[in-house]
Amino acid sequence: MALRIVVETGRLLGASRLVPIASAHIDGCLYHGDSGTLFAERLVSDGGKVAVPTTLNVGALDLLHAGRVKLAPERAAMARRMMDAYLKLGCRPTWTCAPYQAGHRPAFGQHVAWGESNAVAFCNTVLGARTERYGDFLDICAAISGRAPETGLHLDDNRRPSLLVDCGSLDRRLVAEEAFWPVLGAWLGETAAGKVVAFTGLPQEIDEDRLKAMGAAAASTGSVGLFHIEGVTPERFERPQEVLKLEGAMLHAARDRLSTVRAKAGDRVDAIAVGSPHFSIDEFLRLSSHLKGRKPAIPIYVCTGRHTLAEVERLALDVSAFTVVADTCIVVTPILPEGGGLLLTNSGKFAHYTRPNTGFDVLYGSLADCAETAVAGRLVREESLWR
Amino acid sequence: MAMNLLLPGMGEGPVLKLPTLSLWGGIDPLSGRLSDPALPHCGESVRGRVLMIAEPVGSSSSSAVLLELLHARNAPSAIVLGRVDAIVALGILVAREMGWATIPLAVMPPNEQAGIADGAMLRVE
Repeated sequence: MALRIVVETGRLLGASRLVPIASAHIDGCLYHGDSGTLFAERLVSDGGKVAVPTTLNVGALDLLHAGRVKLAPERAAMARRMMDAYLKLGCRPTWTCAPYQAGHRPAFGQHVAWGESNAVAFCNTVLGARTERYGDFLDICAAISGRAPETGLHLDDNRRPSLLVDCGSLDRRLVAEEAFWPVLGAWLGETAAGKVVAFTGLPQEIDEDRLKAMGAAAASTGSVGLFHIEGVTPERFERPQEVLKLEGAMLHAARDRLSTVRAKAGDRVDAIAVGSPHFSIDEFLRLSSHLKGRKPAIPIYVCTGRHTLAEVERLALDVSAFTVVADTCIVVTPILPEGGGLLLTNSGKFAHYTRPNTGFDVLYGSLADCAETAVAGRLVREESLWR
Repeated sequence: MAMNLLLPGMGEGPVLKLPTLSLWGGIDPLSGRLSDPALPHCGESVRGRVLMIAEPVGSSSSSAVLLELLHARNAPSAIVLGRVDAIVALGILVAREMGWATIPLAVMPPNEQAGIADGAMLRVE
């Protein structure tokens, strides 16, 4: 069945053959309803086993913090059965949307089959490995058959940029901000419309967490699976003819679209969420340094993977100020308090999915805004660079 | 009318047009209702409609949402996309492998879609 699904998908996409893959990352282990559990259990009962090293994306449960997820008992049981089925298929229990920060880093040019849109963008863009944007179910089918359709971003032709975005005239202080990168990603997703975009005029050294945040936002607001940054990302390319000069006002508008309501300093905020993609250890350290030992008056939900929590433990980092969520996150399963409210986040991906998936309204801000708002117990945002 | 049938079947119903949609985050998998307040038709059910999306976007979990809609019989009667999208196709492919009822999937370029009115009856086969 697994190979049949791979072949049929390849046919739909016009692939002329299958390509052997080096690894897989499975997004299909998140419970959306019983159908996905039944499918995974069918793969198990058919004797399926993954043929390549395979990591798992988030599930619908936090297996490390009992009671964190407020899923109805029968749904929680089905979600657990689904997670168990993927383990029986031989996948590693990583339960993270940032597998590339949990030691799963394919080499430049390697063909892989990854699910989870942010992981796909990171894998293609930052690592220079090659994966198409696979939907749930194809990822596990490719892992079992060890092959994927040779199509889309597996092929040289589809990885070449057709639009050059020149960031050279942007305010350098804005570009230096952490909060710039998810906004740039959100703008990219809204603008790219199927094109591969190359950026020029950006700094020559960009922190990996910034690239991760940019890719996640781009893959949320659009179907971006790959972009290039001149001098930064590893894949060489020829500059495309078509050039777009990016102006500050375009980004200001993109930033505004990441919030679902207008708000002003001092407004009530009900929750703060960070960690989409999953928080890295560096991000934990940065958030802690913004807090400077002060206690939050508003809950800060920090979504992360068990690989990072192992680091937190090793460094004896005090995370008692946070509501830590592991193995899952706030937009894929019920964690936030009932009744909704206003949520502040520094994640472009959370900003995009929070309202439809949780009912909370969203404000986008920087990591520093999240810390200051948490401490003040009301909205604090530094917006001087965004006008 | 240039409609290229990617996955076979017959489905008809009133067209529900969206400029863009990620099925995950855009449709509640339990009820089949559109759930993104930023998009037109929010709150309406996709069940029995011909879902026409000019630019399919977003999450790879969209296959799972569609599979759940098919399994729970809350699915649209057909889906028409502006371009080939394997994520949407996979939900239907897996349903077929599981022996569940499926729906046709077609591609029609956005400029052709523009000639079809929202709410018009359409048959996809």
